[in-house]
Amino acid sequence: MAQFEAPDFFEIDLLLSEEERLVRDTVRAWVGERYLPLVERAYREGYFPAQVIPELAELGVLGGNLDYGDFPRFGSVAYGLVLQELERGDSGLRSFVSVQGSLVMYPIWRYGTPAQKDRWLPALHAGRAVGCFGLTEPDHGSDPGGMQTRAVKDGEGYVLNGAKMWITNGTVADVAVVWAKLDGEIRGFLVEKGTPGFSAPEQRGKHSLRASVTSELIFQDVRLPADALLPDARGLGGPLACLNQARAGIAWGVVGAAMACYDEVRRYGLTRRQFGRPLASFQLYQAKLVDMLAEITKAQLLNLRLGRLKDEGRATPPQVSLAKRNACAMALEVARTARDMLGANGVADEYQTMRHMCNLESVKTYEGTHDIHTLILGRHITGIDAFGAAP
Amino acid sequence: MTTPPLKTLVCLKRVVDTETRVRVAPDGREIDLAGVQFIIAPYDEMAVERALQLREAAGDGRVTVLTVGPEAATKELRSALAMGADDALHLVCDGRLDAAQTAALIAEAVRDRDLDLVLCGKQATDDDDAAVGPLLAAHLGWPCVAFAHALDVEGRTAVVRRELDGESEVLEVALPAVVTAQKGLAEPRYPGLKGIMAAKKKPLESRRAEPPAARTERVALALPPARGALRTVEPTAEGLRGLLTALRDEKKVL
Repeated sequence: MAQFEAPDFFEIDLLLSEEERLVRDTVRAWVGERYLPLVERAYREGYFPAQVIPELAELGVLGGNLDYGDFPRFGSVAYGLVLQELERGDSGLRSFVSVQGSLVMYPIWRYGTPAQKDRWLPALHAGRAVGCFGLTEPDHGSDPGGMQTRAVKDGEGYVLNGAKMWITNGTVADVAVVWAKLDGEIRGFLVEKGTPGFSAPEQRGKHSLRASVTSELIFQDVRLPADALLPDARGLGGPLACLNQARAGIAWGVVGAAMACYDEVRRYGLTRRQFGRPLASFQLYQAKLVDMLAEITKAQLLNLRLGRLKDEGRATPPQVSLAKRNACAMALEVARTARDMLGANGVADEYQTMRHMCNLESVKTYEGTHDIHTLILGRHITGIDAFGAAP
Repeated sequence: MTTPPLKTLVCLKRVVDTETRVRVAPDGREIDLAGVQFIIAPYDEMAVERALQLREAAGDGRVTVLTVGPEAATKELRSALAMGADDALHLVCDGRLDAAQTAALIAEAVRDRDLDLVLCGKQATDDDDAAVGPLLAAHLGWPCVAFAHALDVEGRTAVVRRELDGESEVLEVALPAVVTAQKGLAEPRYPGLKGIMAAKKKPLESRRAEPPAARTERVALALPPARGALRTVEPTAEGLRGLLTALRDEKKVL
């Protein structure tokens, strides 16, 4: 495969530190050499290529931004660049890393006891353990506050009942961060694989994110010890703070997918000939490339600004919503257009574009659909909540 | 084999990424560097990796990386520090140097250092001189083994294997010595993010270097003649049949 040429039309590279560029280049090289040779078959057959987990750990990307132990502690822009490069490979790969870092390690780090941190963070960082995050339920997607999963106090511990759905890594996870109502208040619990009453069957039949594990989590009278509770998370703010981390990562990630599609279709247009001339010599083809490059460039700049604001502690949830919403819509549009431009070849898995396109349907939907982010921003602008409970 | 702790110097060069499509600058003598990506020359990177492996096998020792090159070559030194090298020396020098100039600068800078081993790539992938290692050894008065496929150290002896045309040769050489890396010596690691974050705290000494006068001068640089017209083969049974026919009847390679 030809070497990936990342578009950087506004020399955003010059706004990155030497360290950030080195992080980006390292992950970019790793994805090209170690992951891309695996993904086509994994996607076709529908599995996550788990052999990359130790390599991701070796790279230090699993929750490596957290201020804990001897973790690398890189900043938000470096972390964003990591996710961008991983999703240049596949959204499933980026999802694995986002879930492990932003949705499992982050809540343990932020809400957990020292014992919970010491038990899980080193193992999750080293890839010796995998985690998953259970918030969405079969009947509660965009309104997680309506969740039906319940925990009740039972002596020193708790008993958990309920079900979660669309859970990345669920079947392979050693620990699940599960959100449930305890006395009417949303709390977080660490549920270990193998706990009696807990099962995590894989959800099959996806047209999207096929190189990623998606599962149900089922809890039937699951008895949890007292130290399963994350003490410092109370209410919907607990899981939403995790999602805010992950959504920022998604904004970065999908730009990688869009760059992959743009690079593929730009090359294709230069070599594929119709009517005796390269496709890229046609005005319609050029106009599409220009639109793609313009949108990718805008999203790159937005992400960089978001990362810098995050590191200054000033990024707000509506800003994260805007970045996630814009980047996902942009990337899906780029991928759909690129698939068109590849003609019949675009449906073959020799080309990566349609894989990215199918993945992005999920990414636009999960962690707050496009429309939900629209409503969050609408509420921010007007002060009027357009999606609360019916009056 | 018990690897002793070694003080190793690895010389590396910042070169244009080997995947880059090279353009010649308007002056007809230099490469157009606009928009070009740079990397550690691949054989030099293998030398870095082997030096790190030997240090890890010994459990002790020191790996210093050195480059002669422009200010921007700090990036390649940081990259080697991120892989795990202990410290770096940057001889800052602009413009193109020939192998004799480079070797002279390195020799002057390291002559008084306490070193057991100097490693470098067999050649840099930009000018393909394959001369800096041997010239440096001559300056230092040390033995030199070039094109090493394997390198181990026992006591004060380096054991080097070389793949010749049809034979495999093993040489023993007394330290200190210069060894140049051939493909196969070591597979470079990815610098992990921890290494990258740690690299900025490692010592990197940078000083301007004045090279001796050049005795070679590049007067022209041109791209090779364009290859014949490329034909595209569609990934279909029919396309592949066409390819096989062409290979058999036109190119006579089947």
